[in-house]
Amino acid sequence: MAEANHQLIQVRNVSKEYRRDSQRIPVLTDISLSVPEGEFLALMGPSGSGKTTLLNLIAGIDRPTAGHILIGGTDLGSLSEPAMAKWRARHVGFIFQFYNLLPVLTAYENVELPLLLTNLSKKEKRDHVEAGLKLVGLGDRMQHYPKQLSGGQEQRVAIARAIVTDPTILVADEPTGDLDKKSAEEVMVLLDRLNKEYKKTIVMVTHDPRAAEKAHKIMHLDKGELTT
Amino acid sequence: MRILKLIFRNINRHKLRSTLTVLGIAMAVMFFGVLRTVVDAWHAGVDASANNRLITRHAVSFIFPLPYAYRDQIGRIPGVSKVTFANWFQGVYIDQNQFFARLAVDAETFFDGYPEFLVEPDQLATFKKERNACIIGEKTARDYNLKIGDVMPIEGDIYPGKYEFVVRGIYKPRDERIDATQMLFHWQYIDERLRQEQPDRAGDVGWYIITINEPGKAATISQTIDALFANSRAETKTETEAAFQQSFVSMSGAIITAMNFVSFVIIGVILLVLANTMVMTARERIREYAVLKTIGFTTWHIVGLIAGESLCISMLGGAIGIALSFPMVTAIGASIPSGWFPIFDLKPMTLVLSGLSALIVGVIAALFPVWRAASMKIVDGLRQIG
Repeated sequence: MAEANHQLIQVRNVSKEYRRDSQRIPVLTDISLSVPEGEFLALMGPSGSGKTTLLNLIAGIDRPTAGHILIGGTDLGSLSEPAMAKWRARHVGFIFQFYNLLPVLTAYENVELPLLLTNLSKKEKRDHVEAGLKLVGLGDRMQHYPKQLSGGQEQRVAIARAIVTDPTILVADEPTGDLDKKSAEEVMVLLDRLNKEYKKTIVMVTHDPRAAEKAHKIMHLDKGELTT
Repeated sequence: MRILKLIFRNINRHKLRSTLTVLGIAMAVMFFGVLRTVVDAWHAGVDASANNRLITRHAVSFIFPLPYAYRDQIGRIPGVSKVTFANWFQGVYIDQNQFFARLAVDAETFFDGYPEFLVEPDQLATFKKERNACIIGEKTARDYNLKIGDVMPIEGDIYPGKYEFVVRGIYKPRDERIDATQMLFHWQYIDERLRQEQPDRAGDVGWYIITINEPGKAATISQTIDALFANSRAETKTETEAAFQQSFVSMSGAIITAMNFVSFVIIGVILLVLANTMVMTARERIREYAVLKTIGFTTWHIVGLIAGESLCISMLGGAIGIALSFPMVTAIGASIPSGWFPIFDLKPMTLVLSGLSALIVGVIAALFPVWRAASMKIVDGLRQIG
């Protein structure tokens, strides 16, 4: 019981199914796992195995059909939609495969977006954004728009956006999936550094075995079930 | 502040589409304003009517005359304080295209019945003394560059013959609702000519203008007047001045209804234009809205982004449209004879309606995209390819 309390992420008997007309499509079946604080977990598996769905459930952007997900002791199922949005803003940093930066905002403004939901002063926001961008090595690209950056740079801006609020967990969905080998390596070094130096708990979905090597632990999903 | 910045950046994202939408709204709002102004111009006479004035005309139609002898009988009815009369003279000044009301009136009493026509006392005194004198509105004086002492030759048509009137006064309207285009001269001058040339048409007037002491007794006094002349050779119909003016408006009822209809169709068209833009915009950005929600932005933030963009576009278009409607109304007003629409100005209410239309269009156009973005599940939005 005492050990369970040290687990930052607890997934308990979670199932998820989608409905298409009257048909039920099971995606996850009775998944249970725990992730301690400071862990770097990689979720692997073939396409359609349910790994992104599991990641979405942990990030609080989707809800399970059955079971419970507790993050830092908070049962996500007990949160209303507005409360869930507030919770995500405070506790989750999300890194997408395709970066998903807003094209009309500069790198600085994209990173600043999550801070708009906080009560920080203008100066505090500026300090946070600049620190985030410097951390990912883009201190000199703050006023660049996404289209003026390479894929790797865009992903690093997205990582800065994910960490700028100092969230409890970082979730990354195929963070290297759209990058060349060199850029992918840079991103993985960055995530590794965030985990080791800044003690960030990271859950990452990936197809890439080289990316998964950086993780402390690898779990495999197949047809909605954990195999290892 | 950043949210507002994001709204403006989003509007700028497709400059051509946004510009065309804004211009489309601007044109529609401008035409809406112009059409409302035309409809208002038609009703100007009704709006300017006094509530203590009655008009007595022939029961069949106002084109049939009434005997001059009715004047004293009407004046004796309890509750009536003043009686005057007028007659539609028409005639041609310069050419057929120069249109403004030319009325033969009772010089002694007409301006007592119309205190909203402001005439200098010395000009009025001179006018009353000279049979061929006339008083014109300041707009007509300005339009035709007429001044005191000038001669206005009129070729009679309803009352054939050549007439020459000397301008002895220029009246000013009490406020902008009052017609400042009329030409008013002595009924006696015309009647004397008729007695010599067409004696069977002499001694008749067009309609009586009756000022009453208490507006609340208008119906009773009207009934009394009409009862007085029932079963006579010229039965009368008495009504308030507003109702009398409204009867002229009603003659053009179909046109006015059509214009009202078209003005609201225009609003419908701009609604479709903006709604189309907003639906396309929201569909393109559904993934971005999902990203914002993932970061922690609430549904209300997304609603604000979409509705804000829709309102910015509609209000910008509305503002440009309202600004354009001023020169457009001025140009149209200048191109039509001033006598057709003596009052042809943008009313404050028209401006309010134009602005309100743009606002309502902005809100309604955002409804569907807002509903779609609000009801979107984040995971579905993230799957969208923009």
